[in-house]
Amino acid sequence: MTSRRAVVFTALAVLLAGGVLASAALGQLPISPAEVLGTALRGLGIDTPWAPSDRLVEQTLAQIRFPRIAMSLLVGALLAVAGAVMQAVFGNPLAEPGVVGVSSGAAVGAAAAITFGASALGGWSVAVAAFVGGFLATLVVYTTARSRGRTEVVTLLLTGIAVNAFCGAVLAFVLFAGHTSSREQIVFWQLGSLNGSRWLDVLVVAAVGLPSAAIALGLSRRYDLLSLGERTAGHLGVRVESLRIVSVVVVALLTGVAVAFAGIIAFVGLVAPHVVRMLLGPGHRALLAGSLLAGGTLLVWADLVARTAVPAADLPIGMLTSLIGGPFFYWLIRRNRAKAGGWA
Amino acid sequence: MSAIAIRARGVGRTVDGAPIIDGVDIEVRYGRVLALVGPNGAGKSTLLGLLAGDLAPTSGAVELDGRPLTAWSPRELARRRAVLLQSNAVAFSFTARQVVEMGRAPWARTSRADGDERAIRAALAETDVAAFADRAYPTLSGGERARVSLARVLAQDTPVLLLDEPTAALDLRHQEDVLRIGRGLAGAGRAVVVVLHDLSLAGAYADDVAMLDRGRLVAHGGPREVLTAERIEAVYGTPVRVLPDPDTGRPVVLPRRALSA
Repeated sequence: MTSRRAVVFTALAVLLAGGVLASAALGQLPISPAEVLGTALRGLGIDTPWAPSDRLVEQTLAQIRFPRIAMSLLVGALLAVAGAVMQAVFGNPLAEPGVVGVSSGAAVGAAAAITFGASALGGWSVAVAAFVGGFLATLVVYTTARSRGRTEVVTLLLTGIAVNAFCGAVLAFVLFAGHTSSREQIVFWQLGSLNGSRWLDVLVVAAVGLPSAAIALGLSRRYDLLSLGERTAGHLGVRVESLRIVSVVVVALLTGVAVAFAGIIAFVGLVAPHVVRMLLGPGHRALLAGSLLAGGTLLVWADLVARTAVPAADLPIGMLTSLIGGPFFYWLIRRNRAKAGGWA
Repeated sequence: MSAIAIRARGVGRTVDGAPIIDGVDIEVRYGRVLALVGPNGAGKSTLLGLLAGDLAPTSGAVELDGRPLTAWSPRELARRRAVLLQSNAVAFSFTARQVVEMGRAPWARTSRADGDERAIRAALAETDVAAFADRAYPTLSGGERARVSLARVLAQDTPVLLLDEPTAALDLRHQEDVLRIGRGLAGAGRAVVVVLHDLSLAGAYADDVAMLDRGRLVAHGGPREVLTAERIEAVYGTPVRVLPDPDTGRPVVLPRRALSA
């Protein structure tokens, strides 16, 4: 098992490194891998003969491609961890942050900020509004789904559906009320894009997301116990209610901050943990660490395709992940259902 | 008499105005097997939930080792008592061995964690699950799952064990095995509470039998005193014959069946 784990993690790391390198080298301005390495090393203060002599190449990498790669890596990793945590908390491999309404709450926040021209926070107004919307939606779902001090999974999922429907209606109204230009902006925000990511954005996502992911990793043993059921986890010493609350906040932070800067990118939170679970089994320590890596890898490659598949066009990455993720997810369900004897 | 593990005094639980458990006084002692019996809906599982601390009583109080259950932290409780529930679904494809390993969680980062490997191996052997320890839990049969879950509870290695219908899904041999394990635990000084439907099993293996009927404790004592034909007929509403086991003299409960013409 440990050797298998080593193989999988090594393979993921190689895939990720390949994706990062390819993503930096390919694009409207082709750059050689040596120049990519040279620029990266110079950024770390190491001068090598590989460093590009052309200022344009160096600027393209340092100002445009590197922050975008870092953002896709981060957003993918955080969304995948959020998905894995959500699945652990619900004890259901089909749960994901979109289900509890984080994404649609964030979409409402972003759309309202765009349409009503909130600009109190300057360029970050949309991101902050999206984050607040996602966070509020999560808290609403969590508090209304509680009864008698407990949260039942079915109630929680149904509440999520209600919140999603409500947010969909508000979003429709905001679209209806908005100008043509803001409508267009909202639609593209919802499609998801990593275009125009700046180092400062990356820093914010990292500052919020990485500590949240670390907390999730620290809870991995408790998530294992939670899969025995809430009562049994309690019998084994887990404070189930506080574990749930911490987890919901972690998921809201992870998803909120990712969605705020990248728009809605679906299925990473489903596909990445699924693949890792199939390769490494359900133990949450390996699952969360693997999802972090697999989610980042997935989105780095997806963004490369989004940037380069159609010449001179930047495809919406959310569209791309759903296009691939939807059918893949369906296949996973069919396959796993036959293998693991249903979801129960 | 041996020391008291759990003491419930005047304990009751009302749900939506209907009493599920009503004024039950009961003591669970170390070194003994207590069988909880009663018809469907008598409140056995609810009483077990109250004794385990899962459910808060709406009246009365429950103490473990002389200390109110509410004063124990979940971690402390997990080192003192283990619980086997009736349904034991596992959400993901953990192997049987991984499920049993989870029983050791309360001892993580304590000196007793050194005994993990031994406790797990012993639990797997005792419940006869070693042969399929590496199979995914969701692919096991109902009886196999029940035994793996019991192994998890045994691996937890606590002085008090509360088992809710551990024999329900099991074949004849494994039913007997489970109660022999229970007897062995009691012999080693532990307190064992086991909810049973098979009155003959209760009669054969329990030191004490507590019979519940519609939320009330109607009898509590040795198997021979509690399991009388009159009482069983009154509580269960069906005629029975109670015979002494030819080998042990313990009561065997047989429903009376008339051959229809």
